Amino acid sequence: MKKIVKYVLADILRNKIVVAYTVFLLAISFSVLALEDNSTKGLLSLLNIILIIVPLVSIVFATIYIYNSAEFIELLVSQPIKRITIWLSLFSGLAAAMSLAFFVGAGIPMLLYEATPTGFMMIAIGIILSIIFVAIAMLATVKTRDKAMGIGIAILLWLYFSLLFDGLVLFLLFQFADYPLEKIMVGVSALNPIDLGRILILLKMDISALMGYTGAVFKNFFGTQLGVIISFAVLMFWVAIPLWLSVRKFNKKDL
Amino acid sequence: MIIARHVNKQFGKLKALDNVSISCNKAACIALIGPNASGKTTIIKSILGMVVPDSGTISFNGINIGNNWQYRQQIGYMPQIGRYPDNMTIGQVLSMMKDIRNQQQNLDEDLIEAFGLNKLLNKRMRTLSGGTTQKVSASLAFLFNPDVLILDEPTAGLDPVASELLKEKIIAEKQKGKLVLITSHVLSDLDDLITEVIYMQDGRLLFHKSIEALKQDTGEIKLSKAIASVMTNTQP
Repeated sequence: MKKIVKYVLADILRNKIVVAYTVFLLAISFSVLALEDNSTKGLLSLLNIILIIVPLVSIVFATIYIYNSAEFIELLVSQPIKRITIWLSLFSGLAAAMSLAFFVGAGIPMLLYEATPTGFMMIAIGIILSIIFVAIAMLATVKTRDKAMGIGIAILLWLYFSLLFDGLVLFLLFQFADYPLEKIMVGVSALNPIDLGRILILLKMDISALMGYTGAVFKNFFGTQLGVIISFAVLMFWVAIPLWLSVRKFNKKDL
Repeated sequence: MIIARHVNKQFGKLKALDNVSISCNKAACIALIGPNASGKTTIIKSILGMVVPDSGTISFNGINIGNNWQYRQQIGYMPQIGRYPDNMTIGQVLSMMKDIRNQQQNLDEDLIEAFGLNKLLNKRMRTLSGGTTQKVSASLAFLFNPDVLILDEPTAGLDPVASELLKEKIIAEKQKGKLVLITSHVLSDLDDLITEVIYMQDGRLLFHKSIEALKQDTGEIKLSKAIASVMTNTQP
């Protein structure tokens, strides 16, 4: 497994897109953090950019990369290697490369300007989101043979998680405004890793008061140690479940 | 050595393999022959575990290949259309395969030398012609001294010199007691190679005979004539 990860990682890190992504994150992080004199405001702007960019780049890059590695996968499958090893190596290589790009691009500037609990939380969430969206991309690619369709599905999934889901939640909130939905919202947030990440970071920033009563309920749950542990467990599930489903499918796939 | 029992495989509506049973023994050179889309490549890919049959079992040296992967250590496979990572050079592909197979000794580099790939080690796979890619595929199939060689259309795309070299290599390996499975449409290439013939049509196995029996049954001396007479007789 280590050997295949090595080849995958070497191949990805040579890819110019990953380098461009890192440089882009570096430029944004430095400019946002250096321009704002109020650190919370700076982090907040950065948060919004990261929550859009990181999932998008992770899922689209991973999808295209796996489709482009079809030859490599085919070559390896006819060799004495377990299929699960091939698939997990691809995942590990992609996840490591995307996490590394995020850490270098956004993590290092944050460590320089904002070495606070909020900053650390943001780095952790960014890395976990990178890994989650690589896992979701693995599932999307193994399900569809057609490259154009696979990339389309990946983009739709990203659109769903970053825009549509929030719209649906808002819609439900307004429709059922007469009912006490605050506690249910805590559960609903687990259905979207991006939202979960956003809530975890916002609560670290002590601006939850802006969110009204829901904010208070969130603070009660996510503000506690148990709440944070449960949230991270949920995020881990967001890695494990798509990955497990994709492994199961890949084991039976005809190449 | 390789035994397939009642293997079925369906691709959508197409029945690619219909109750196929084969048994192949050591020191044989078996030709898989049949019209296009008769299931030759599918049965080969099933043996390699690249295609998972819907039902039926395949065993290699008495061990069921389902959920098993070590057996592929003993197979050298040359695909019909070899596809390799575009950005790697020939040298990188060769060393990667040695690394992944974890075999640095007991390598058979005859074909690499015979094809002159040594001089092309720095060429990227993307820039290679179809024939050179085939040479890389062939070299990789023979590189690890496997007991079984599975060659899917080995001579397609090779120039006459390379194709002669490959044929000589196949004969040499057969004489060492290895099992060789070949599919090809160029029957004249097979004449002096093979000992047995498996004929497939529409996913079904029509017969598995030794070459002598086939020639006797059809009354022909040349393999191409013998197969042609079989093909015209089985045509509905």
